[in-house]
Amino acid sequence: MARVVVDVMLKPEILDPQGRAIVGAFGRLGVHGVADVRQGKRFEITLDGEPTDEVLADLHRMAEELLSNPVIESYALRVEQ
Amino acid sequence: MRIGVVTFPGSLDDRDAARAVRLAGGDAVSLWHGDDDLKSVDAVVIPGGFSYGDYLRCGAIAKFAPVMTRLIPAAQAGLPVLGICNGFQILCESHLLPGALTRNDHLHFVCRDQRLRMERTDTFWTNSYAADEEIVIPLKNGEGGYVADEGTLDRLEGDGLVIARYLEVNPNGSRRDIAGISNPTGTIVGLMPHPEHAVEDLTGPTTDGLGFFTSAVRSLVKS
Amino acid sequence: MSLDTVARAESTPDVEQPYADLGLKPDEYERIREILGRRPTSSELAMYSVMWSEHCSYKSSKVHLRQFGDKQPEGGWPQLMVGIGENAGVVDVGDGWAVTFKVESHNHPSYVEPYQGAATGVGGIVRDILSMGARPLAVMDPLRFGPADAPDTKRVLPGVVAGIGGYGNCLGLPNIGGEIVFDETYAGNPLVNALCVGAMKHEDVHLASAKGVGNLVILYGARTGGDGIGGVSVLASETFDEDGPAKRPSVQVGDPFMEKLLIECTLEVLHAGLVEGIQDLGGAGISCATSELASNGEGGMHVELDRVLLRDPSLSPEEILMSESQERMCAVVTPANVDAFMDICRKWEVEAVVIGEVTDTGRLTIDWHGERVVDVPPRTVAHEGPVYHRPMERPHDLDALAANDANALARPRSPEEIRTTLLTMTGSPNLAAKGWVTSQYDRYVLGNTVLAQPEDSGMIRIDEESGLGVAISTDCNGRVVRLDPYNGAKLALAESYRNVAVTGAKPLAVTNCLNFGSPEDPEVMWTFAEAVRGLADGCLELGIPVTGGNVSFYNSTGDTAILPTPVVGVLGVIDDVERRTPMAWGPDGEIIYLLGDTGEDFAGSEWAHVMHGHLGGIAPQADLAREKLLGEVLIAGSRDGMLTAAHDVADGGVAQTLAEMALRSGIGARTWTPDGLDTAVFLWSESPGRAIVVVPRSEELRFTSMCAARRLPAYRIGAVDSGLGADTGHEGQQVLQIDDVVVSLDELRSAHEQTFPNYFGPALTK
Repeated sequence: MARVVVDVMLKPEILDPQGRAIVGAFGRLGVHGVADVRQGKRFEITLDGEPTDEVLADLHRMAEELLSNPVIESYALRVEQ
Repeated sequence: MRIGVVTFPGSLDDRDAARAVRLAGGDAVSLWHGDDDLKSVDAVVIPGGFSYGDYLRCGAIAKFAPVMTRLIPAAQAGLPVLGICNGFQILCESHLLPGALTRNDHLHFVCRDQRLRMERTDTFWTNSYAADEEIVIPLKNGEGGYVADEGTLDRLEGDGLVIARYLEVNPNGSRRDIAGISNPTGTIVGLMPHPEHAVEDLTGPTTDGLGFFTSAVRSLVKS
Repeated sequence: MSLDTVARAESTPDVEQPYADLGLKPDEYERIREILGRRPTSSELAMYSVMWSEHCSYKSSKVHLRQFGDKQPEGGWPQLMVGIGENAGVVDVGDGWAVTFKVESHNHPSYVEPYQGAATGVGGIVRDILSMGARPLAVMDPLRFGPADAPDTKRVLPGVVAGIGGYGNCLGLPNIGGEIVFDETYAGNPLVNALCVGAMKHEDVHLASAKGVGNLVILYGARTGGDGIGGVSVLASETFDEDGPAKRPSVQVGDPFMEKLLIECTLEVLHAGLVEGIQDLGGAGISCATSELASNGEGGMHVELDRVLLRDPSLSPEEILMSESQERMCAVVTPANVDAFMDICRKWEVEAVVIGEVTDTGRLTIDWHGERVVDVPPRTVAHEGPVYHRPMERPHDLDALAANDANALARPRSPEEIRTTLLTMTGSPNLAAKGWVTSQYDRYVLGNTVLAQPEDSGMIRIDEESGLGVAISTDCNGRVVRLDPYNGAKLALAESYRNVAVTGAKPLAVTNCLNFGSPEDPEVMWTFAEAVRGLADGCLELGIPVTGGNVSFYNSTGDTAILPTPVVGVLGVIDDVERRTPMAWGPDGEIIYLLGDTGEDFAGSEWAHVMHGHLGGIAPQADLAREKLLGEVLIAGSRDGMLTAAHDVADGGVAQTLAEMALRSGIGARTWTPDGLDTAVFLWSESPGRAIVVVPRSEELRFTSMCAARRLPAYRIGAVDSGLGADTGHEGQQVLQIDDVVVSLDELRSAHEQTFPNYFGPALTK
């Protein structure tokens, strides 16, 4: 069974208040030298069969239409070996 | 004057929207998310709440509901639609309106009586208001920050598509203090604050919200 | 892996069982063996250990709580439809409407995981209300934390508030009130009490009983997982080999969306008449639901445990029985109605499965893949748990505390001192504005909220046509209870009663959440007993019954117990919510009256605490006859339109009441100390039985005549005046004037509203 991973992140120009709060927390916990943190989502998709071109095309479409909102997010898709 | 109010699993303010429609003199028609049937209504309200628990993203799953397969093309063809809060999120996710709603910049859910300026008052949903009228209606959200790229924001401003703007306090980090927008013909309106909670002196801070619903009834009577 | 079946238990009587690790005493373990006539299986041991725990069995408090049922008027309570013993009490509010309400604690989980602890606390109480057949309509949260400036409070408070908001807002329940109190004894033991109120028509009241042999038991809602198992995992190691799962989480995680679906689904099956009995799954999960349903009904039930839908397929039967996974309910349904029931569940996308049936065997039997793992008499699990008569001892320091007279503390005298004290007090954490918290809660959803914080009671409209409504308040001054538990509990009841009456509603019923230290500490136990006695006596005197409530023991860190905190919630009814009395005064010229008598009552007061760090003296004495009279006048005044505004006098005294009314209105007033009273006493004494009302000039004579006729003292202490600014050097501003002291409302507001943002961060960015 193959696995495909889709990572979704807010586009760089979109404010990420959660990421900012996390940077603050790093500081309060005594970890310094952290310039920035951005928070995203990771989707782990387990396929019944092999990741054929057709299947991957469908997954790209799902990544664009469902898993991410292209207005504010971008995604990266990879097949795990 | 039949105005549909959609109920998704997790919709919360559908009863309030229906009440507001009735107080404005319209007939509120309940539309179930699972039926691809708009029951011949003259306009639709997509109410506030946490449809599908805000899973994945607010409104991301609702946009695929059977009722939306009818509603989206109907709206594109001119059926008036008002999206309130979660409804606004669903309209953006459905690409019926540009932009998106993101987490409040201060990371808290906020419920407050919000002052707004009504900047576009010639639409199906806002013609009861005077130009630049200031109103106070409740706002309650955790993901209410309106964002869009600069080009889109400039276009919205330039074409007069911002229907309402936050005054005094920007409660969620929305770009350019935008509280609500419309499509060019003014039939589709998305609004973050909740006019349906400002329709009775007994339970609301004012009755300023009723205007959205009387506008709709008035528009239907005229046509 | 060997399953510990009944057969195995019968044939291996001498196996050592970890009953102590599960919290059972040796004599309790022996009693279980006696009941069963053999050693318990590990599943049965798990069931008994949790159902006989303090939290589920009330074993230390039962003997005292009996008073709530015993102390009742001749002929009982006319308004009571369902009393103590069910999931929640139910009262008749007129017009065929019944209201159910209850408050419960979720203290310890909220210290461990503030967000989820508080969230699941809300979830649990909402399900209790739902299981009575009511639509949940509103929530309220009495909360108590360590000092506001303590680092851990900064961890716990924001998490708790976010959890309550996160869960309640998503459910679509308006949050209409509550309390926030800070005290050092709550550090390490925050109190998160959650209240819910719901309404239904009389004929829709449902009870948790499994009747009708052959009827089916359906488990529906979320799947069962490893939530909240904690200590029971010690059993898993008994029955699993070393490859089995080692750790289980002890925190429950809530999904409010699932609960919202559960609410709609449940109300629909109830209204379709498809349910014979219903129970929610709270503490002790399936163990509790099955044993209680069976115990209340025909007395017998059979369950096939492997039919339970699981989130985690590796769970053992013991773990499934103990799981505290949220958002689950259990319904008893006739075979003929099962299909219709399942259809409705499908409509709402709620999973449901038949797990058993009602029998006439008088036993609760549970099988796991065809093998019997539980065979017990359900009454012994659910209702016949241990009953303790714990030793009690009057605390040794009570006399010394009483002798440490708070009335002897140095008081502010000069106008400057009074002014400084006023600003310090209104900005002190317990008296400061709570908007930072309450703005994280939705108060508008459902469109029936008529009054919400900072008003005295939370009031909702039940019937949109008639305007019938209910009002609720929750109160407790833990410091006063510490000084005098019997009186202190009566005073908590009095304050809650007063808060309901002051908004124009007639008090009808009581719920309570009794938060105390360890019942194994005789001084705590004595304090608990005295508080319960005070509350029971008080209820009898006021004519309102306790309909249900909750006890939370073991709130202590080391040897230090929390302040004894019996939170009392009073519910009242109002015929027409339009007539309610809010706290904001209105136009110029209205007259301000102080009702009731003011004495030197600084013991346990906020003033003594804030200005002197002092706790001591003789507690104010509750005068319930006076509270009743005051209530009648407030309700009559409201009903007959004689009052523009009213606000009770409690923590922080008259000064706090005046400050809050002025700030709520945004309009100034001129007030003065009544003759014969020391100003500091007038402003900060906490004598009970008082309220401040605002009367239009046109009603003044009528109102004062009514007070005189009923012999309620009424002191004219001021008038609303929006033009004071000019006269007092604050041109263009609104000011509150008390004798010669003048403070602008801007300055007062600043002191009052900056406190929470200073401690917990800004709620809104500009």
